[in-house]
Amino acid sequence: MKIRTLKRHFVEAFKSMGRNGWMSFASISAVTVTLLLVSVFLAILLNINFIASQIEDDVQIRAYIERTEKPERYDAYKQELEKLGKVKTVEYQSKEEGLDELIESLGDEGEAFSSLKNENPLRDAFIIYTEKPQDTAAVAKEVEKFKFVNKVEYGQGTVEKLFKVTDVARNVGIVLVLGLVFTAMFLISNTIKLTIVTRRREIEIMKLVGATNGFIRWPFFIEGFALGVAGAILPIVVISVGYQAIFDIVNQKLGTVFIELLPVTPLIPQLALLMILIGGVIGVWGSLTSVRKFLKI
Amino acid sequence: MIEMVDVWKTYPNGVMALNGIDVYIEKGEFVYVVGPSGAGKSTFIKCMYREEKPTQGSIIINGTNLAKVKERQIPKVRRKIGVIFQDFKLLPRLTVYENVAFALEVIEESPKVIRERVMEVLDLVKLKNKARMFPDELSGGEQQRVSIARSIVNHPPVVIADEPTGNLDPETAWEIMEIFKEINARGTTVVMATHNKEIVNTITKRVIAIEGGRIVRDEAKGDYGYED
Repeated sequence: MKIRTLKRHFVEAFKSMGRNGWMSFASISAVTVTLLLVSVFLAILLNINFIASQIEDDVQIRAYIERTEKPERYDAYKQELEKLGKVKTVEYQSKEEGLDELIESLGDEGEAFSSLKNENPLRDAFIIYTEKPQDTAAVAKEVEKFKFVNKVEYGQGTVEKLFKVTDVARNVGIVLVLGLVFTAMFLISNTIKLTIVTRRREIEIMKLVGATNGFIRWPFFIEGFALGVAGAILPIVVISVGYQAIFDIVNQKLGTVFIELLPVTPLIPQLALLMILIGGVIGVWGSLTSVRKFLKI
Repeated sequence: MIEMVDVWKTYPNGVMALNGIDVYIEKGEFVYVVGPSGAGKSTFIKCMYREEKPTQGSIIINGTNLAKVKERQIPKVRRKIGVIFQDFKLLPRLTVYENVAFALEVIEESPKVIRERVMEVLDLVKLKNKARMFPDELSGGEQQRVSIARSIVNHPPVVIADEPTGNLDPETAWEIMEIFKEINARGTTVVMATHNKEIVNTITKRVIAIEGGRIVRDEAKGDYGYED
């Protein structure tokens, strides 16, 4: 194709958008509404995922060592634990460190335990992190079998529930987003179809004077892409401003307490790019599938 | 130039529109196609610019067999055939100039050539001074002249017209016929389906009559032959 022809296709595409002003507006609105929903849901989904992994990453297995075991052998035990499948890291924590941690975690009230330092009731322990948090229970079972292990703690019961909740949250989110994307595709292709039906005569005439299908398709391709991308602008603005605001509030008031949101900088540009991509793809897909029907003359 | 050998066309709904057509049209000929409505005239014409594909037989135009041509090649074939319709088929949102130029843009002609050729054919159909107007600002005859200009702008060896005067008043129809005569005089083959008895009987040319999907009459200097 010659550059001149490409230029013509661009001019045609934008002229046609102007001439079919209301239809273009309808298409852009359809894209805007659906992408807005998609972007909001995606932001929520990604954050649920992020928070869930934070919580999951905190899940650890504490294997308390029998008091009768000699500290000289601890290194060998540690190696044995590391050899287990699905284990990421094994850390040793002496009972003194364990007590310090406990006292610290309790804050002011922990001071009461300071007196215990001389007759520490705790045991030395290995802290085990698994490769995947979901493997915790299985690994814990393995660890329990070792003779030097007195007791295993990983928040039995609670951990299983937590994983169930996070899994459900993830799956529901994915289904919602996929459903929305499909709705968007349907809605947009339908709107674009309407604009093309009004131009069916035009296409027929183009074919009769010897225009190739490619030649006819190009302006529609450009137009569909432009409409899709134009529809992505408002959602991107809304999600950028909105997310920044929510992020600030959460960080100031809640952040230090228990949850942390995904940082604005990688998330929003990525979402924006994705929205432009989805908008463009849906627009092109919608207009090309619609124009295809009229090309068979 | 145009050669049809044993052409049959049966539509998917069972209508048998053409039942064994054999015809040979020489380069530079002027041919009327006449016959009652529903006799197969339109199908005959449509097969010539490959809007319809024959069920059987071969149609050779400019050395290409339209019955065998691949879907992808159809645009190339159509560029060598000018087509004119009863309802003009102009693009309503383009000006007269743009409508004519469109046929050249499609084949990626250079802007310089486009400008020259468009002005040349607009001069031929006497619409140079209305180049910037839109189709709905023109009379029926003027619109038909635009569509004729569009059909000949890339100098096709064959022009096919399907009832070009069908929507026009008698006086305008004569003007249009003058243009066709001029085009034919320049060496272009013209095939015209028509119901206009007066024109066929006055500007005498070869007449092919189609009835029931067959050629029932083919005369070198024929007349219309129907009473309507």
